[in-house]
Amino acid sequence: MARITLFLLSFVMWLTLVWPFSLAGGEHTIDFQSIIAGVIASVATAAIFYDFTENHHKIYHLNRYLWFLVFIPVFIYECIKANFYVAYLVLHPDMPIHPGIVKVKTKLKSNSGRTILANCITLTPGTLTVDITDDGHLYIHWIDVKSKDVDHATETIVNRFENYLTKIFD
Amino acid sequence: MSNIFVIILVSIGLAFELIGCIGLIRMPNVYNRLQAATKCVTIGTCFILVGLCVFAAANSNISLVLKTIVCIIFILLTAPTAAHAIARAAHKSGIPLWKRSEVDKYEIDHEGEDPLPDDS
Repeated sequence: MARITLFLLSFVMWLTLVWPFSLAGGEHTIDFQSIIAGVIASVATAAIFYDFTENHHKIYHLNRYLWFLVFIPVFIYECIKANFYVAYLVLHPDMPIHPGIVKVKTKLKSNSGRTILANCITLTPGTLTVDITDDGHLYIHWIDVKSKDVDHATETIVNRFENYLTKIFD
Repeated sequence: MSNIFVIILVSIGLAFELIGCIGLIRMPNVYNRLQAATKCVTIGTCFILVGLCVFAAANSNISLVLKTIVCIIFILLTAPTAAHAIARAAHKSGIPLWKRSEVDKYEIDHEGEDPLPDDS
């Protein structure tokens, strides 16, 4: 089952990158050479890398995808806010920055969830993930340190994403 | 009509790229420079790609629409990962934080550790 899912995933990815369907001159033409090459490559990928996630059953839960759709606008909003904030810091003549590395804790268990959380933190206001430990601590370079305390920093940086990511990945 | 929209999107993207480059020069050290470089440049590139996506959709070029969407996804996945790798490598090779920094929990927790372990 996992192999079939991986085959479909890689084949859809191949189709989006190659897009063998064309409408040249008002006629539908399909480039069968590209499709056959894609099938061969996808079968090879599925045969070698079938063990691509630690919990296969998770990718068949529909509510995870619905929560992901909810998460996208939240992420875009935070991302754009982050950019205006950093742009303000960059263009301010005095550059009012107080950088430092703080430690925060995450409740997320799965590797993919932690990866996405670290990526989201890097893309949001003035924070940059430096390292992550196995017991769920993240070291964050914060451009304007508001709190050195682990719990308070967690509340400020992590919590706005963690609730969504727990529903998506855990 | 769609052309105006495309021009606005690409202009916003270019403005963010410019701010990212200014930040790269103005910020005091590698960690703060990474902040400007990752955020502004990532969103700038995404805005330019969204503009290209709108342009391709207006010209009913499905192939280009799908490719730009795939590009946006991969940029959002890889740019923060690269920034994290650079920041971690910089800290491991002993580059100190800026002199006016507030706190360095990473240094405190890794005190006494060899700055360049063999396994990394």
